[in-house]
Amino acid sequence: MTKNKIIVLREGINSTFQDLGRNNFYHIGLPFSGAMDKRNYLIANKLVGNQHNEAVIEFAYQGPLLKIEEGNINFAISGDVKFNIKKDDKLFNGQCYKTYFLTKNDEIDIISTNKSVYGYFAVSGGFELNKNFGSFSTTVRANVGSNNGNKLSKNEKFLIKDIINKNISKNIQYINSKVEYIRILKGTNFDYFSDNSINDLTSKKFIVSKLSDRMGMRLQGSKIKNTKETNIRSEGLVKGVIQVPADGDPIIMLSDHGTIGGYPKIAVVISADYDKLIQTPPGNTVKFKLIELKEAENLYRLYQMETENLLNQI
Amino acid sequence: MIKNISNLGDASLYCNFGDEINQRINTNVIKYFKSIQKKKIKGINNLTPSYNKLIISFDLSLINFEDLKKKIEDINISDEDEIKNQKIIKIPICCDDEFALDIDRLSLKLNLSKEDIFKKYLDIEYFCYMTGFVAGMPFLGDIDNKLRLERLETPRVKVPKGSVGITEQFANIYTFESPGGWNILGNTPLKIFDQKNEIRPTLINPGDKVLFYQISKKEYLKFNDKK
Repeated sequence: MTKNKIIVLREGINSTFQDLGRNNFYHIGLPFSGAMDKRNYLIANKLVGNQHNEAVIEFAYQGPLLKIEEGNINFAISGDVKFNIKKDDKLFNGQCYKTYFLTKNDEIDIISTNKSVYGYFAVSGGFELNKNFGSFSTTVRANVGSNNGNKLSKNEKFLIKDIINKNISKNIQYINSKVEYIRILKGTNFDYFSDNSINDLTSKKFIVSKLSDRMGMRLQGSKIKNTKETNIRSEGLVKGVIQVPADGDPIIMLSDHGTIGGYPKIAVVISADYDKLIQTPPGNTVKFKLIELKEAENLYRLYQMETENLLNQI
Repeated sequence: MIKNISNLGDASLYCNFGDEINQRINTNVIKYFKSIQKKKIKGINNLTPSYNKLIISFDLSLINFEDLKKKIEDINISDEDEIKNQKIIKIPICCDDEFALDIDRLSLKLNLSKEDIFKKYLDIEYFCYMTGFVAGMPFLGDIDNKLRLERLETPRVKVPKGSVGITEQFANIYTFESPGGWNILGNTPLKIFDQKNEIRPTLINPGDKVLFYQISKKEYLKFNDKK
């Protein structure tokens, strides 16, 4: 019995295996990591009939070019992604949020994410990989995770667990909503900053810098002025924290962030808006709106209900 | 012992133990960290102890800030509780010029001979305040008063893996090649973070005692052959 197998013909810009991330290792310096866009990750897995914590390939900007080397696969891609499928030597455009059945020598060419950053490629049955610290998620900087903590590289081959004989034919209508503003809560050093700067942060647009990745998103716009202390004693960080170093350009901590940092925390992005934030590509702008904790908690419940509803439709 | 608890975003508690950095306050942070870790409170998915803060992250779909805050406030930890299993970990370092990247800067700015610097640095017990930033990196202290120097004006783009550095009252070990601005005075061949060892990935943990001893270049090169 030959296993279903894919080969990476082009690795893409930042293609890694991810799942829901790993808990309980901040204290040794390991962040959660995991899929940046949790909702799209869950949808991709559900479409191909997987458990919700199966590993998928996450890609950024340009994805990989994959070829079926042995057997068959069922796959789905989520996000806002342009990709081509070569099936029985015929080339056609693929659609996101829809499963496809491919056989030996067929190819999937993930060309680019449209006006977004991350997309997800899931296969029925999941990839045959080893977990590290209880998770498939890859943290490249610490060499931790499946695939020895590395990004996908050219000519690598991956096995798929299940036997696949036919298309499971699933799809869903979903449009990734555009962001009007990202909602934030006051950070623990909110009062270190001038009133004018707080006003700028919550009313002006900030441009997402090219120096953004899975660790952090750098912003450029009005300089945020610190009136107290530009360094604090190093302390823990969490996903979504907006730090402001002495140069006045905010940095938002993302899923692979360093676990300890010494810049003042002006604000924190609410959990419900994280998926939208990270899909904002460099060169685009974000606007922030300051809200209260109770509202953030309610918005998270809403976000979860929406996600559940979407998953139930599949 | 916790002075106040506030929220850091909608899914973390920020426990403030004070503003100073000393072993007494940090020991309290570590006591809370270990105690909460043992209690396995539903919803908590990460704990980050640091010099004088403890951040408790939670799954917002399982618990919220107010409810978890009450649970943490109900925890009783006395000043007398000792941290058990305090280990002394011995770290070999080679201080040859090729590894001691900033020894000339240290010597010049501190107005001490190289020998004096190493003498003051080696064979002294340090305390591990916290681990993190990158996986396994220990923040140790306190170094001799005469060795205290600010970071490099321009941080290095790449600090070699295993580098041992000092700044202000602290010492650390770079567990991965990474950017950094600490003053480097040696390099250890010892593996401080081992991702393959999931039970004990970090050699040095908060509350541990650490001692550096000098080895020759020959011993350094042979170090990983022995096993």
